[in-house]
Amino acid sequence: MSHATGIKYLKKDCLPLMWCSGCGHGTVLGAMLRAFEELGYENNNTVVVTGIGCWGKADDYLLTNALHVTHGRALAFATGVKAYNPKLNVVVLMGDGDGVTIGGNHFIHAARRNIDVTAIIVNNLNYGMTGGQCSGTTPAGSYTSTTLYGNPEREIDVCALAEAAGANYVARGTVYHGMQLKNHIKEALNKKGFSLVEVVGPCPTQFGKKNQMKKPVDMLRWLKEKGVSKEKYNKLDNPQGEGYFVIGKLVDKDAPDFNTRYDEIRARAMGL
Amino acid sequence: MQTKLLQGNQAMAEAAIYAGARFYAGYPITPSSEIAEESARLLPKVGGVYVQMEDEIGSIGAIVGASLAGAKSYTATSGPGFSLMQENLGMAVMGEVPCVIINVQRSGPSTGLATKPSQSDIMQARWGRHGDQSIIALSPATVQECFTVTVKAFNFAEKYRVPVILNADEIVAHMRENFTMPAPGEIEVWDRKSPAAAPDQYRPFEPDDDGIAPLAAYGSDYVYHVTSSMHGYEGYSNNNPATAAWKIAHLHQKLERYRDEIVMTKSFDTDDADILLITCGSTTRAAREAALALRRQGVKAGVLQLITVWPFADEQVKSLGRNAKTVVVPEMNYSGQLAGEIQRILGPDKDIRRVNKYNGQIITPQDILTAIKPD
Ligand SMILES: Cc1ncc(C[n+]2csc(CCOP(=O)(O)OP(=O)(O)O)c2C)c(N)n1
Ligand code: SF4
Repeated sequence: MSHATGIKYLKKDCLPLMWCSGCGHGTVLGAMLRAFEELGYENNNTVVVTGIGCWGKADDYLLTNALHVTHGRALAFATGVKAYNPKLNVVVLMGDGDGVTIGGNHFIHAARRNIDVTAIIVNNLNYGMTGGQCSGTTPAGSYTSTTLYGNPEREIDVCALAEAAGANYVARGTVYHGMQLKNHIKEALNKKGFSLVEVVGPCPTQFGKKNQMKKPVDMLRWLKEKGVSKEKYNKLDNPQGEGYFVIGKLVDKDAPDFNTRYDEIRARAMGL
Repeated sequence: MQTKLLQGNQAMAEAAIYAGARFYAGYPITPSSEIAEESARLLPKVGGVYVQMEDEIGSIGAIVGASLAGAKSYTATSGPGFSLMQENLGMAVMGEVPCVIINVQRSGPSTGLATKPSQSDIMQARWGRHGDQSIIALSPATVQECFTVTVKAFNFAEKYRVPVILNADEIVAHMRENFTMPAPGEIEVWDRKSPAAAPDQYRPFEPDDDGIAPLAAYGSDYVYHVTSSMHGYEGYSNNNPATAAWKIAHLHQKLERYRDEIVMTKSFDTDDADILLITCGSTTRAAREAALALRRQGVKAGVLQLITVWPFADEQVKSLGRNAKTVVVPEMNYSGQLAGEIQRILGPDKDIRRVNKYNGQIITPQDILTAIKPD
């Protein structure tokens, strides 16, 4: 099989990408488009729903159907698309601010409802687009433009939240681990029901420079060192305290998705 | 022809199905909840989808998504929920997405008198969203009108590619009246215009000669982008000043062009009226009673009912209002949201009697008669 490039989904006349050099968003976009190609997705049968934020600009580069909506609400719009037409492949791209801070409630309920969409949340630990303010995922103690003396709040674990809310598939990857990331996205897309891939990503422009990672390469080194498998994580003495996080597949199950359940209920209503 | 006793909220839900709606997403709130309940009962039977969302923000998001997937879609709410919907309602305006939002007005501000009637969202319907845009808002006065006006709301949404607000009020929503179900085909039903261009030529925001761009459904042969951000014909985000100016003007002009079709009014004894009562929604009923009482006393009184609240019926108000000595505007709010518009049209010198009630009680014919007694 020839190597997938994802080029048939990419709007080339929009290049170069608007993202800063060293930003992780381009890498995630590439992984997603290669996953589309390997799964044989058609442009017209795929709907990419994006929220607001740097990662939410990804639709500008796509030749698939796209729906770019208000900040934090992408999953709600996606729910309508998928609930009405189950045949569509629906993928939702959100930042951590978009997905689990302002959009936290939709996130919980999309997972609970088990609507068959794939959410790809790029967690860069802050709000890139608005100038690097703190987010619901900013680690306690970290520095951002609104936590100048350190973040007094604790961060949310996006994957744990998805699991608790009932997602069928949950995985965490990083921008450094590109091949693994593509495979997780592929698995998530293939999974019926709500699936989440959290991608820990670098934002050198806003987050890195305030947190002792001045250069993009420092951020990649951080991802490489701190993103570890569950086995490795469990063997460490104080993994959380030292900033390690687990990467890999965390949840994989097959509870019936919303549309399957709805079809049964509808058949009952119609007396079938 | 079958006549039955029906509630306004039920009539709106029945009308949505009649108009071809097949997707509802909503969050319960009094006094609109029966619309959700009826929709949950009716939609699955006709192959449609009902989703109870986590809040109103999500509800309107979901109906926009479903509409782009090809459904005629709607939601129903009341004051606080309508406020929550405003940002995504703006998204529907920007994305030119057909859908219907039923706002059964109740008393506020905030939780106010939660189950009591009011007509204080007239300006919220018009200006609730940020940014500059126009909107269609309709207001029924009877249970039968709840049905016919709801069908109109879907027709306007589909025809002009816009979200349409059905600004009902608690009285008409909860009232039970004799209702005759129209036969299929008896009321015209519009469907959105599909693209005729070759798939690689389709530009989802390029208007045809009629000023309206055809809308494909996600999953058809057409591939397209819809964005809440500024955009040109292609639907990709675009900050070019000329594009922005075109788009904003387009959002206004496409409704301006069809103003005559959109603005619907009803006149009762207005031809020779010295006293003209101007109303929308359920206060029309009290106004008609008051006008009949005045006629019995030999006073020439008539009623102009605004079924379409936005765009405002400037022409109708002007032509009838000019001939009347006194214009009376009864409405269930303090600030005279309707009266202010009418004063704008008829000028500062026109004698406009405002009849406002804002204690959660309905306006009665007697309230109106008392207010217009010569001093
Ligand atoms: C209702 C609303 N509130 C605030 C904003 C401003 N805003 C735009 S993007 C953004 C944060 C984006 O952060 P994130 O989702 O983490 O994405 P990133 O830019 O980091 O990729 C905010 C707060 C908005 N557009 N809408
Ligand atoms: S601000 Fe951060 S998230 Fe946004 S493009 Fe730049 S590096 Fe990426």
